[in-house]
Amino acid sequence: MQIGLTHYLSVAAILFTLGVLGIILNRKNIIIILMSVELILLSVNINLVTFSTFLGDLTGQVFSLFILTVAAAEAAIGLAILVTYYRNRGSIAVEDINMMKG
Amino acid sequence: MNVAAVFFYLFSAIMIASAFMVIAARNPVHSVLFLILAFVNASGLFLLMGAEFLAMILVVVYVGAVAVLFLFVVMMLDVDFAELKQGFLQYLPIGSIIGIVVAIELLLVMTGFIQSDAALGAGGSPIQANMSNTEALGLVLYTKYVYLFQASGLVLLTAMIGAIVLTLRHKPDVKRQVIEDQNARTRANAIEIKKAPSRAGV
Repeated sequence: MQIGLTHYLSVAAILFTLGVLGIILNRKNIIIILMSVELILLSVNINLVTFSTFLGDLTGQVFSLFILTVAAAEAAIGLAILVTYYRNRGSIAVEDINMMKG
Repeated sequence: MNVAAVFFYLFSAIMIASAFMVIAARNPVHSVLFLILAFVNASGLFLLMGAEFLAMILVVVYVGAVAVLFLFVVMMLDVDFAELKQGFLQYLPIGSIIGIVVAIELLLVMTGFIQSDAALGAGGSPIQANMSNTEALGLVLYTKYVYLFQASGLVLLTAMIGAIVLTLRHKPDVKRQVIEDQNARTRANAIEIKKAPSRAGV
């Protein structure tokens, strides 16, 4: 049995759905939300690499590299904001964050 | 069933199971460890697709840097995670409805599209069989996409500066080296000469 484009796309779609589900279900825990965002970006990367392979074109892999960069930067900034917030308030509950209205 | 198919199903099954555990685990440390497992299996999938450089980068960047950063933050913050876990079941109905809708939409798109023959190799940087994946990627990345490459470097620089600015704090009671004070010291105000009489001490 040949593994084709649709197989990889299905895996990426399931991963994307799990990421979205993780954001909805863990609405109080911002660390899990950040991890779910990483899962979503991973599924997008799988999509791009799949199309790159099956269309015989490198552009998808280049874009995937850029997404990887942005995801790393996003994780670093997000966690830095989280640490600062925890220092100021002593908790990371998402409901309290709307008190930061400036 | 050939070897590639076996490995495809192995990697994707473990990846999806661990992605499920990321959002379902009680302990966030377990979540991070399952995230690492998901990334390692995704890099296996990348290897199967022939994207060797991205597979290795995924292991280095995600497992080596991002996941360890998550682990560090989870362990550093002293948070009652059981309290944060409340409401999981409350959001389960709406969450599963949205999840099913998203999955159905994605499946419809996936099974419904028709691939045009003109799309094959239309991106302008075709994969050549005579060079390795890393070499080919480098040849494209540093020529055609060099401005995007520089821009992604700027994004990383911004992230680095931002993270440092956000988390750096000056404690008032920490003793620091003050170079001006050290340079301003002279022999006159640094040394005091005392006469010590014999057998008497200072």
